[in-house]
Amino acid sequence: MSIVQMKNIHKSFGKIVALRGVDFEVGSNEVIGLIGDNGAGKSTLIKILSGVYPPTKGEIYIKGKKIDLESYSVREAHKLGIETVFQEQALGTKQTIWRNLFLGRELTDRLGFIQLDKVKRETDKMMKELLGFTGGGVLPDSPVKTLSGGERQGIAIGRAMYFKADLVILDEPTRALSVKEVNKVLNFIEKLKESGKSCVYISHTIANVYSVSDRFVILDRGRVVGRYERKEISEPDLNEVLIQIHHVPEPAG
Amino acid sequence: MNFTKLNLSRYRTQLGLLTIFALILASFMLTSPRVFLRPTIYLAFLSTVPFVGIMGLGLTLVLISGEIDMSFPSVMAFSGYVCATIFSATGSIVLGVVGGLASGAGIGALNGTLIRRIGIPSIVVTLGMMFLIRGCINVLSGGLGKSFTVLIGHPLHSALVGKIGGFIPAQSVWFVALTVILWLILFRHKFGNYVLFVGDNEGAARMMGINVDRTKTIVFILMGTLAAFAGLIDSFRMLKWWPTMGEGYMLTTFATVFVGGTSMFGGEGTILGTFIGAFLIGSLEAGIVAAGLSGFWTQVIYGLLILIAVTIHTLLRRKEE
Repeated sequence: MSIVQMKNIHKSFGKIVALRGVDFEVGSNEVIGLIGDNGAGKSTLIKILSGVYPPTKGEIYIKGKKIDLESYSVREAHKLGIETVFQEQALGTKQTIWRNLFLGRELTDRLGFIQLDKVKRETDKMMKELLGFTGGGVLPDSPVKTLSGGERQGIAIGRAMYFKADLVILDEPTRALSVKEVNKVLNFIEKLKESGKSCVYISHTIANVYSVSDRFVILDRGRVVGRYERKEISEPDLNEVLIQIHHVPEPAG
Repeated sequence: MNFTKLNLSRYRTQLGLLTIFALILASFMLTSPRVFLRPTIYLAFLSTVPFVGIMGLGLTLVLISGEIDMSFPSVMAFSGYVCATIFSATGSIVLGVVGGLASGAGIGALNGTLIRRIGIPSIVVTLGMMFLIRGCINVLSGGLGKSFTVLIGHPLHSALVGKIGGFIPAQSVWFVALTVILWLILFRHKFGNYVLFVGDNEGAARMMGINVDRTKTIVFILMGTLAAFAGLIDSFRMLKWWPTMGEGYMLTTFATVFVGGTSMFGGEGTILGTFIGAFLIGSLEAGIVAAGLSGFWTQVIYGLLILIAVTIHTLLRRKEE
């Protein structure tokens, strides 16, 4: 059963056409490597899937249900089990870890006041169990700006993990990470798959994507230009395909 | 781990500010014991500080949300005009107060709409509003004030600006209450979390599903309502409304907020700092004059205080990173 079906997705920003009729599907319990050069439209596609903005044209089905694109929003996506770790991390660096974790989903009483003790305990739990922050002076009250790049990425990913998504979308998750941190991310993706979830891993290179993905979708200048199962293509061949795509001139019209 | 224990180190700026305030007061007590060692001057502060203080609370919220509001002095005057007009038309001061508050909220909503729907920077919108509203006030009133002396003895008058226990000005109680309420909203309510994030990183807030337009518009509505409230209680205290009301409050309100420690850049700020800052700024002029310096020195001291305070706050923030 597919979790997500995106059909004939078009997106324009004024005169700039970002996506030209993209079909994209995510099945249950699979990892898809969404690959393409910068500007191919990968981030645009997943922002549409995440509810950040609607497509100019096209249809989306999530868990078999057709989505009303007028009312679709990030909150809707969260409720349907889709969590996204954006390239820009979507963190407020001046705010504490617990505020970032629960932004938009604060645990509150009936009047909307945050249940501070509960929120901080849950944040502490997340930091220890999911992220392996053991002491070392990083607390739920620590502002995000005091964390390293890798630690911030950890918080962003921890947020997606904590809310138990069925589909986790990672947009360039290993950029600017150390080798140890990259391995942590890849392990997390393996764990996701083991627990029956799905993942979309976006990258502009196949460096880390190849080892964890089940299949690949290649975007170039707003169009899908290649779909491969991992078992039918080797890493060097996939790399070759990507290089070839670069040399193909922009199609007319 | 106990997470609800009061963590004093997070209130460093406010405690520092309080210390400086205490030191300044101590120096006033030394230079002018006849004024500053008697209760009279402090009761006077409780009477005059709340107007700037209440608008300062609103401005703090606006700055934290990443915007600015320059229109509040005019809103302050406009609400008094609306109140006086409704009062003379209907004879009901309650309706007058409701109308005055509503006018402030309405201007706030208009500010928010122009800023978010059309996309004009808040400094331009609110600057324009400041002139527009002041102009309208002058045109409508013909430059003439209105009297509120009939309100003496009215329960609403006592509730807003009466003397509690015979000597505590009620407006100071309102100031404390609004400080507590706004602190709770900003730091303990989910809406406050939205405000912090739209000021810190608007893109992040949007990607997490926060309605940025609505959040910022609500902040401007709150600012407008608070400015209107300040204008109403100032008129009630003086028992009159006059068209140039509020004109002197622009700079002192900004001074209060910046000396208090709220950042110009959004995403962080302090309600308690504004509360303390209001009393600090509010007591400076009296202390300077009582010490025998000419009133001209007040502006020099204000300027120095703002520059020194903002420098310290900025350096402290940078040290955190």
